[in-house]
Amino acid sequence: MAKYIIRRLMMLIPVLLGVSIITFSLIHLIPGDPARSMLGEKASETQLELLREELGLNDPYMVQYGRFMGKVLTGDLGESIQSKEDISYELMQKLPATMELAVFAMTIAIVIGILAGVIAAVKQYSWFDNISMTGALFGVSMPIFWLGLMMIWIFSVTFNILPPSGRITTGVELDTITNFYLLDSILTWNWVAFKDVFLHLLMPGIALATIPMAIIARMTRSSMLEVMRQDYIRTANAKGLKRHLIIFQHALKNAFLPVLTVIGLQFGLLLGGAVLTETIFSWPGVGRYVLLAVLGRDYPIVQATILIIATLFVLINLITDILYKYFDPRIKFN
Amino acid sequence: MAIQPNPVTDPGIDAVDKNVQIKGQRLWVDALTRIIKSKTSLIGLCIILLLIITAIFAPIIATHSTTDQSIVNRYQPPSSEHILGTDELGRDIFSRIVYGTRISIQIGVISVGISLVIGVLLGGLAGYFGRWVDQIIMRIIDIMMAFPSILLAIALVAVLGKSLTNAMIAVGLVGIPQFARIVRATVLSVKETEYIEAARSIGAKHRRILFQHVLPNSLAPIIVQATLGIGTAILDAAGLSFLGLGAQPPTPEWGAMLSDGRAALQTAPWVVAFPGLAIFLVVLGFNLFGDGLRDALDPRLKR
Repeated sequence: MAKYIIRRLMMLIPVLLGVSIITFSLIHLIPGDPARSMLGEKASETQLELLREELGLNDPYMVQYGRFMGKVLTGDLGESIQSKEDISYELMQKLPATMELAVFAMTIAIVIGILAGVIAAVKQYSWFDNISMTGALFGVSMPIFWLGLMMIWIFSVTFNILPPSGRITTGVELDTITNFYLLDSILTWNWVAFKDVFLHLLMPGIALATIPMAIIARMTRSSMLEVMRQDYIRTANAKGLKRHLIIFQHALKNAFLPVLTVIGLQFGLLLGGAVLTETIFSWPGVGRYVLLAVLGRDYPIVQATILIIATLFVLINLITDILYKYFDPRIKFN
Repeated sequence: MAIQPNPVTDPGIDAVDKNVQIKGQRLWVDALTRIIKSKTSLIGLCIILLLIITAIFAPIIATHSTTDQSIVNRYQPPSSEHILGTDELGRDIFSRIVYGTRISIQIGVISVGISLVIGVLLGGLAGYFGRWVDQIIMRIIDIMMAFPSILLAIALVAVLGKSLTNAMIAVGLVGIPQFARIVRATVLSVKETEYIEAARSIGAKHRRILFQHVLPNSLAPIIVQATLGIGTAILDAAGLSFLGLGAQPPTPEWGAMLSDGRAALQTAPWVVAFPGLAIFLVVLGFNLFGDGLRDALDPRLKR
């Protein structure tokens, strides 16, 4: 197993190298003068030259890339052009917000998705199967930004039962330890904050969970149907084992692997989908940070954020593969 | 020396092609019958046809101009005069949604066109030639897949500049890996079949084998992916426009319309509700039809 993990980590190197080249090249793909593009039409030639000098745009391409990588590897992601803030520090502040939202959404998606998929498969062609699979189909076709806005309209504007934006109500005290607010409120035994943070997480969490939940439900159903036709399930039935034991111990355990792959992939995609959700719910996370940077042409932030999210995405996929092997030792990887 | 077949003097090649053609036609006829029999894919097909008809007859269907502003009429709720209400500039939402169908079709066709042409070419070359060609192409695809797709699209638009065209290009480029992987996998299996071996043994050139034999026989999964891909492309492009990175005002693009209506969500929710519903319906249509098409073309995959 250790050997396998090391080999997989080695395989990551070329991919991450490619990712870094692409993110680095972004700034060079800008049509025209990148400095002009960042500072706008009104900038003077002196200002432009200063920025070029600051970003090292006058150096040869390879020198620039080398310097970029050297900094990245020491944890220095540069500074914002507009606010001059340290990007690594900003990202460390915003990443927990995004991760908390993504983990919360994924928990909803996994629990409901797998449960719905299992029941739909066990009761194939029943009303539950029809309704949940129609729901899943609606889920994958859903523009989540629209769903989010409709939820705000219903639950915040019309019924006023859920907060429409932010992570926590101003005025609610919370001592932050990990910056994962829900976790912090549990650690500090602060139930007022816990309830407030939970309510804030609910709508963005559900919006973000919609697509992965639908995909997980469909995958679980088809995988369960496949497994339920196997001989060993028939044997278990013939032995007179209890139904729930067969479903959860025998069938789901074996049907879980393809679902796991989907979960891993979807979790990574959530980090991208967070841009839309965070914009709608004014969630102070990485997604909104990168969007504001794109709109403000603050390219160092765009580069740094995309590099970090892509790296996380690759790592999540790696973890999925490792779990895959752990759950099914029959699988041999070459 | 390899014997070069001459299609004029060698009727054998044409005969084989015709045979394949007849069999091919049968596959599509069968598929069509299955689609018509399946209720869900028929619904999908109807939604797509409705979209196309609306786009063609937009000037007849629309009740108002898409750009005429009327400050007196701003934020009117749905009524007999404006069946879906009006937006912040007093423009008729129904008419804007009707004209928006044209943009959605354009997005679907152009974005998927880009992914399809480049993806099929890359996947075809990788699968057919294997070895280092495969290695290089697939490593590039791996790197592209290391980015969450919407994020890569945002990054591309950040570089290319905010516009609908650039959003379409970005969504198209982001969709390449999907096509490349599917085509590569299909080509790998098709190239081992006997008729490809036969074509090779009569001395057909690589280009002829790849474009006339291998790719046409890999068509089914490509068409399924293209259908599903149009739905995804419309969804992603609408997302980009919603974020202010795609279509710019006053283009009646559904995602941009949704974004315009955000500010008035409390007082005029219809400005947001209807364009979103339109996006949802169209994407649902392509998903339903794509799923149906997949089941119809390869009944073994039916779930």
